[in-house]
Amino acid sequence: MKALKSAAFYLLVAFIVFIAVFPFYYAIITSFKTGTALFQIDYWPTTFSLDNYRDVFNQGGFFRNILNSVLIASVTVCLSLLLAVTASYALARVRFRGRGLLLMTILAVSMFPQIAVLSGLFEMVRFIGIYNTPWALILSYTIFTLPFTVWVLTTFMRDLPIEIEEAAIIDGATPWQIITKVFMPLMWPALVTTGLLAFIGAWNEFLFALTFTSSTETRTVPVAIGMLSGASQYETPWGIIMAASVLVTVPIVILVLVFQRKIVAGLTAGGVKG
Amino acid sequence: MQQAELQAQRIRAAMWFLLPMIAALAFVAAYPLLRSIYFSFTDTTLTSLYTGQWVGFDNYLNWRTLPSGRTIYRGTLVDPAWWNAVWNTVRFAFVSVSIEAILGLMVALVLNANFHGRGLVRAAILIPWAIPTIVSAKMWAWMLNDQFGIVNDMLFNIGLISEKIAWTANVDTAMWAVLMVDIWKTTPFMALLCLAGLQMIPRDVYEASKIDGVHPIKVFFKITLPLVKPALMVAIIFRMLDALRIFDLVYVLTPNSAATKTMSVISRENLIEFDKFAYGSAQSTLLFLMIALFVTLYIWLGKVDLSGDKQ
Repeated sequence: MKALKSAAFYLLVAFIVFIAVFPFYYAIITSFKTGTALFQIDYWPTTFSLDNYRDVFNQGGFFRNILNSVLIASVTVCLSLLLAVTASYALARVRFRGRGLLLMTILAVSMFPQIAVLSGLFEMVRFIGIYNTPWALILSYTIFTLPFTVWVLTTFMRDLPIEIEEAAIIDGATPWQIITKVFMPLMWPALVTTGLLAFIGAWNEFLFALTFTSSTETRTVPVAIGMLSGASQYETPWGIIMAASVLVTVPIVILVLVFQRKIVAGLTAGGVKG
Repeated sequence: MQQAELQAQRIRAAMWFLLPMIAALAFVAAYPLLRSIYFSFTDTTLTSLYTGQWVGFDNYLNWRTLPSGRTIYRGTLVDPAWWNAVWNTVRFAFVSVSIEAILGLMVALVLNANFHGRGLVRAAILIPWAIPTIVSAKMWAWMLNDQFGIVNDMLFNIGLISEKIAWTANVDTAMWAVLMVDIWKTTPFMALLCLAGLQMIPRDVYEASKIDGVHPIKVFFKITLPLVKPALMVAIIFRMLDALRIFDLVYVLTPNSAATKTMSVISRENLIEFDKFAYGSAQSTLLFLMIALFVTLYIWLGKVDLSGDKQ
């Protein structure tokens, strides 16, 4: 009975892993197939060809798209973290009137539908003259990366012991010194995690990227992949799409697996604690 | 006295620390939101962004009585395409979040058990979460392909279907295709939040019920579920808000399908593609109002504390 039970349990575990991993696995084996092999359904790798990967870059612009994505996501994350560190110190460590309301507003901004600001942002982007440039995306991505980083860093800072801060206050440290000299050294792990999560968010964004760019050279990776299509649905270049998908997903998956524990902690920080 | 002075100094510093962040949010979020709402009351178009005239509620609802005595109603609120999108969005949100909550809790219960290779399983379920939405949409579009898709092949081999299904193109199955991909992609998030909640339940509660010989199913409904409920509720509201604004998955997986077109998709279509800028703004404003109402109701009814202040 007991053996049966644990066999059933491991079967369930195997099923979960299979469902989670299979689509990615299938994308990888498809990306190595070309020509007619592409249209034979295989469960195991049968052919190995890097032609699709070569074609992705020969299509023109894909390398540029990757650079765009890296640049936009990095700048957005750095700006957000810069603004969030001081703000989250104030929100986590100083008691003032309206703090709860401010926190609620910040959470609300990170949750509200991006489409609700689309026309206003469109006008703004056109007015400033940054339409179809990386700056349009850096500006618009701040809408979700900034509240998110503030929120997670605030929950993190709230959990740091009060004693270290008290000691610094007694030594006559100003709030600015407390942040830079006392909290910053303790915050590196949290900054890396939050930054990584915000980076993934910016890397994956689609709506703003689709709306605020209009040429191949300015597109980010998700839009480039979304646009990789033939004239009709029968001409869709599946091999190339899968190769591009694998290319942009592998680095993210590796990052996520390396920082697994921290990411899980960061994801749950906003939701469960408190 | 000196302490009060210190406190005042801290608060002053805090205000300066908060100012850049608040200014940035006002610039990129509050102002565009207000402008979008304003546009919904004008006749602005893409080509006349700055010369739109105030038209009141015309984009939402307006009517004109013809000389023949017939009244014609126009505007988003009487647009069948809009109500179709509302229905699609609501249906999608409720079905996907319900299934994700159940599956997420199940996966979390599995991960909460002690077994060999637990770390590996947790790593595996992070993969769907890490894959960009557009990429997962494309991956699944390929797997769900009617002629060469592996999903049809699997179902065919097991004997569940007798002929190949055009999952994304068929109006009857398009919504299921979107749901399938969304559930696959976001159940891990749900599971991780539930797992964090489960891990906060003290082990001795379970030991006590084991000694008392309580049936495992009763333990689940009487102990686990009530204790994990706060974490689950927060996960559900986060997912719900995310599901109500869904755009990218629908846009890429089932382009131009009336069976799946959601509120975000139809708003953007009007805003940018059909050059009905003001009309699209009215629709996005309605979506914003709907989500705001949902959040208010949820917080009010559920007494959920999202502020994070410790009780």
